[in-house]
Amino acid sequence: MRAATERLYPAPGLAWRQIQSKIERITVPLLILIGWEAFSRSGYLPPALLPPPSAVLAALADWMFAIDGSTQDYAGTWIRHVLASSSRVAAGFGIAALIGVIIGTGIGWSRFIEKTVEPTLQMLRPIPPVSWIPLAIIWFGIADKPAIFLVFLGSFFPILMNTIHGVKTIDRNLIRAGAMMGASERQLLWNVVVPAALPSIFAGLRIGVGSAWMLTVTAEMVAVKSGVGYVLWDTYYFLRYDMVIASMVSIGLLGYLSDIAIKLLMNRVLRWQRASTIQSREG
Amino acid sequence: MAEIVISNIVKSFTDRQRNADILAVDNVSLTINDHDFVCLLGPSGCGKSTLLNMIAGFDKPTSGRIEVGGVVVQKPGADRGVVFQQPTLMPWLNVADNVAFHLKLSGIRKAERRARAQEFIDLVGLKGFEAHFPSELSGGMNQRVGIARALLMNPRVILMDEPFAALDAQTKIEMQEELVQIWQRIRCTIVFVTHSVDEALLLGNRIAVMSRRPGRIRDYFDFDMPRPRDVTSPEFNEAKRRVLGLIRDESRMSRQAA
Repeated sequence: MRAATERLYPAPGLAWRQIQSKIERITVPLLILIGWEAFSRSGYLPPALLPPPSAVLAALADWMFAIDGSTQDYAGTWIRHVLASSSRVAAGFGIAALIGVIIGTGIGWSRFIEKTVEPTLQMLRPIPPVSWIPLAIIWFGIADKPAIFLVFLGSFFPILMNTIHGVKTIDRNLIRAGAMMGASERQLLWNVVVPAALPSIFAGLRIGVGSAWMLTVTAEMVAVKSGVGYVLWDTYYFLRYDMVIASMVSIGLLGYLSDIAIKLLMNRVLRWQRASTIQSREG
Repeated sequence: MAEIVISNIVKSFTDRQRNADILAVDNVSLTINDHDFVCLLGPSGCGKSTLLNMIAGFDKPTSGRIEVGGVVVQKPGADRGVVFQQPTLMPWLNVADNVAFHLKLSGIRKAERRARAQEFIDLVGLKGFEAHFPSELSGGMNQRVGIARALLMNPRVILMDEPFAALDAQTKIEMQEELVQIWQRIRCTIVFVTHSVDEALLLGNRIAVMSRRPGRIRDYFDFDMPRPRDVTSPEFNEAKRRVLGLIRDESRMSRQAA
């Protein structure tokens, strides 16, 4: 409705206001980049220790497209490493999402499951996933598996906790309404409880995907021989700080993109919420 | 023919924080006939909603029993449609899917669900809003969806817990009139909980007046004033005076007791 009115009566200077808001957004990052470039070129630090953004960009471009071979063995390998890391994130995060939602729904719904299962999980939860690295390596060796295991550990708990919270805070009357319409317990879970908990579940997924990238990179530094985290650590040994920073940038970009992917999925699945969110009021 | 038989219902809750038992409903017996429109009238906290929840099967009585259509109530079921005080729609389903939720649970195909829901969407005057989500509709419109959803199940009885309490005065009058028309058309049995004397007398053909907590039935009488009822007529005022008198006696007694 609102979009239609806007089209009928375009506000004066709308295009200019959009440009203005874009300028507001990019001013600070641009200033940081310029300052960094200037500082690196000033010679205050040896350029090798803090490469300017232009050098990072050049390294990244060569790593991606093998332009001038300046990244040597790594030239043109970016996509391979990105895919290696992404597949670990996807596997670990996917398993965590599946198991986290199932167990979380169980704990939130049933007193019995809560009593029997939750204490164990709560005792495991404070152990930082990174501290599992030695065991992960001796159990799974040096390959994809320990990384997937760590990613799973890192994203499982946020998904689990948010699912439990979502299920426990459901409006009781929704369950009553479902039962009134003849839902069996299984139908209630599938048709009422899980959909009602979805906003919380998605909050957990978004936190979870963040930890997933953190742990992939950590695992790749120690226990795997491919992936963006591996490149970061390996180039550090060769004093290629432009590549280190290019890896950091790549990880940031991937994390950002996966968050956007989940957000897009969330907006689709939770489109029923649209009318009641603050964002839509801001238009 | 008796449709709902409530015999010697006692309900007490345990207040865990104070470690005390609270008697909410005290030995209530009530017989509701087929096609009755019974209004359960009582002050807030008198246990009328608790009684309704027990008929619905959401709560279990501490003692006594409730039969609907000759079957003892054990749990909620689609033979008793409930319209809640808040619309209590599934916020992730649009109007048509909310109305047809019962059919979805019964495994009926989507095309047929749509067709059967449409009849009731039209009945409550929501044609054109089938694809809207509850968050996009007003409280009154959502409550209409709640009524359509209960009607679609074709239940033996419809239980309504102050369904119009949260609506503005104008919408409320509109909805009350429509509810009477719907009841006249489909001749279901309705149990309607309210704290408003006017609403009870406008809607019901039998009125059960409940006392303050612990809830007991003070009076249960027929009210056969012809419809549509004029709330300013002498006949209506006569009935209102009588009910208000009952309530006044009641509060005088409780003051003396206190």
